[in-house]
Amino acid sequence: MKYTQGKYLIIEKKAIAREIYSFLIECPDVAEIARAGQFVHIRTGNFTLRRPVSICGTDKTKGTIRIVFEVRGEGTAEISRLNVGSLIDMLAPLGNGFTTNKNFNKVVLVGGGIGTPPMLSLAEIYGKKAVVISGFRSADAVILQEDFRKTGAETILCTDDGSLGVHGFVTQPLGEILGNDTIDAVYACGPLPMLKNISEMCKKNNVFCEVSLEERMACGIGACLGCACRTVRNDEEYFAHVCKDGPVFNGKEVIWNG
Amino acid sequence: MADLSVKICGVDFKNPVIPASGVFGYGHEYEEFYSLEKLGGIATKGTTLNRRTGNPSPRIAETPSGMLNSVGLQNPGIDHFINNELPYLLTKNTVILANIAGSTVEECVAVAEKLDSTEVHMIELNISCPNVKQGGAAFGTSCETAGEVTRQVRKVTKKPLVVKLSPNVTSIAEIAKAVEEAGADAVSLINTLLGMRIDVNTGRPVLRNNVGGLSGRAVFPIAVRMVWQVANAVKIPVIGMGGVASGRDAVELMMAGASAVQVGASVFTDPYAPVKIIDEIDDFLNAKKISSVREIIGTVKPW
Repeated sequence: MKYTQGKYLIIEKKAIAREIYSFLIECPDVAEIARAGQFVHIRTGNFTLRRPVSICGTDKTKGTIRIVFEVRGEGTAEISRLNVGSLIDMLAPLGNGFTTNKNFNKVVLVGGGIGTPPMLSLAEIYGKKAVVISGFRSADAVILQEDFRKTGAETILCTDDGSLGVHGFVTQPLGEILGNDTIDAVYACGPLPMLKNISEMCKKNNVFCEVSLEERMACGIGACLGCACRTVRNDEEYFAHVCKDGPVFNGKEVIWNG
Repeated sequence: MADLSVKICGVDFKNPVIPASGVFGYGHEYEEFYSLEKLGGIATKGTTLNRRTGNPSPRIAETPSGMLNSVGLQNPGIDHFINNELPYLLTKNTVILANIAGSTVEECVAVAEKLDSTEVHMIELNISCPNVKQGGAAFGTSCETAGEVTRQVRKVTKKPLVVKLSPNVTSIAEIAKAVEEAGADAVSLINTLLGMRIDVNTGRPVLRNNVGGLSGRAVFPIAVRMVWQVANAVKIPVIGMGGVASGRDAVELMMAGASAVQVGASVFTDPYAPVKIIDEIDDFLNAKKISSVREIIGTVKPW
């Protein structure tokens, strides 16, 4: 089984910041095979299209996954109204996850805003080997910092307005780390301009870099070709699909001005 | 259990439910959920002569009870389809309708000619894609061009030829008559309706292509009306589609005159939609003590 569809029980719900929710979902079959960087595709209300949400954490022993999502529109608002004890209809786990390597000694995980949650799965894998740089608009949007610290990772927090942590963008501490240390890999998820900058910095420093992209999506499994992303493969331009070829791409493959 | 089989242009379908072209790729992704053998048929992703990259993103937008798409016929080209996809699909014991498209009459002819020597069961000629600049809907919006492309494709293939019609016309019945006269063995309808959404915060259209094709439940009554009008205008079979999401919808479209139905956008909501619809048609027929689905085709009693 690569993925499945089912209705799963929500066993914990938390509002962790304004309009940002965390669900713990009991889904042993999904948890068993889910990898860091994959996503779930959620049916909601009477909407035609499902809503893709990245997996924030997986507990194979307890058979649960955790998702953290932001209310962006009517669909995600509807999902946020589900409560503990209700069933959530998911196609999962979908997409290709991050490439992880046991031999990597030091990695940097960069999350911007609601791009931060998928980094937690990676922090759980890398633990002390990871530096997590998270960036948010302001102090009231900050999420998951305690969860990151529990993994043993070093955490660096940035806010755009300086209301908490470093005043500035995530690229500032990332630049310092890339300049001073030997880094095996950088993983990132967040707004497109941030991913573009990170990808270029890694290319310049010759560091392996993977980014997780998002796009408006229909089927979620690679059939409808709705979620196209311009990439280069074997020196040829290619419209890859975020759901099946991604959501994780090597930073060098993505054509950023697409 | 009722007899769900139908026959269209001499081709036997075990049931009248076919995932529509574009939503189902070449079927692989849905085999994770169920066996393709359960389906009456599969309309494969629209294929052109050469590889097409399609339109830039975003290509998808949610709309009230439906969605817009502007994929723009991204596909790997007919040779890839014939060599890499078709042989596998033909092992699946279901009817394969190869959906084809082109920017010119010559391209449509070339694609059909290549398929003629394969074992594909039917060709569905798309003269109604709203998402490509040349060809596509341009063929499908006048009787002359619709007739001409059908006539030329007809010349190069003995395969049952289904012509897929655009709803973005003044009279779909007239177009249907034109393609019937030009040699089509059946028609399928409706393709998507041209639509548009704008993000009011940015003033930008949601789709990068500005406009796209509307599908989903919102278009269902239009599909029923057009299938009914076309079924009354032509003698060839009609394959109905447009917003079908349940067995009752399928029955309704068949009562309007469809010999089979295609299922599009509802596959995105529920990947099991086609197989559920098959079961629901059976339930409906059993409850009404109707022994064969063929008995309901075109049985609407208009006022």
